[in-house]
Amino acid sequence: MLLTDLAKLINANVITCPSSPREVACAYTCDLLSWVMAKGKPGLAWVTVQTHMNVIAIASLHDIACIICPEGIQMEAPCVEKAEQEGIAVLFSEKTAYEICGLLYKAGVPPV
Amino acid sequence: MFVQTFPITRGDFDTAGEASSKIKNMLKKLGISPRIVREVAITAYEMELNLVIHSLGGELKLEVRPKSIELTAKDNGPGIEDIKLALKEGYSTASESVRNMGFGAGMGLPNVVRHCHNFHIESELNKGTLIIAGYSLDEKED
Ligand SMILES: Nc1ncnc2c1ncn2[C@@H]1O[C@H](COP(=O)(O)OP(=O)(O)OP(=O)(O)O)[C@@H](O)[C@H]1O
Ligand SMILES: [Mg+2]
Repeated sequence: MLLTDLAKLINANVITCPSSPREVACAYTCDLLSWVMAKGKPGLAWVTVQTHMNVIAIASLHDIACIICPEGIQMEAPCVEKAEQEGIAVLFSEKTAYEICGLLYKAGVPPV
Repeated sequence: MFVQTFPITRGDFDTAGEASSKIKNMLKKLGISPRIVREVAITAYEMELNLVIHSLGGELKLEVRPKSIELTAKDNGPGIEDIKLALKEGYSTASESVRNMGFGAGMGLPNVVRHCHNFHIESELNKGTLIIAGYSLDEKED
């Protein structure tokens, strides 16, 4: 699934997104960073309530496709800027992590 | 041989992960297989964050030889009282505030053990901790 289609599917606000189209390979939700570090893959869509700088560091190390902030949680500007520099998309959604993952799963995005 | 050392400051969460990121990019440039690059990146990150969170400060060192890679994390204390316990999945002494940021799952050291070929740890209370993660580049990769 393309990032742009994913954003539509979960009715997300795209805060930053690389200009070239990117395919989402799989999805995962977890707020414990060492778990994500162990599970991360290139092209991952990662749903998390964590929004600090280290989230971007992990996303970048794994070359993940996007960070999805659920439940209307906002990421602060410096982190968004860093994500932009690293070519990682940031999406805001009003839906819960459960709903987001349910929609992605139903649409055929596989687990990690 | 290629050696680079990165000083790591205690409590510096804003730049935490940068050394690991540099290490990853260096290995990519050196043409190391993506699988090994991923494993070294995971190890480097966990070592770096442990230096930031649990140590008084230290350094992360990358050594690349023709047939092996070595990552070394060395710090100036406080040392680990019970190494066996520290290596146990789920064991963490992380503070409440650090846990709120998503650290402290007690999975960092187990991740390192799982994602390297040779693991060495030694620690002395009030002196410091030394962790070495080794990778062999011998096998045919990818
Ligand atoms: N460099 C260090 N100096 C002193 N203690 C350390 C050091 N590294 C690890 N420890 C101790 O070992 C414990 C386990 O480390 P580990 O990396 O597995 O988990 P964590 O850092 O607590 O959580 P996580 O890595 O999942 O975010 C730590 O909570 C800490 O008590
Ligand atoms: Mg740790």
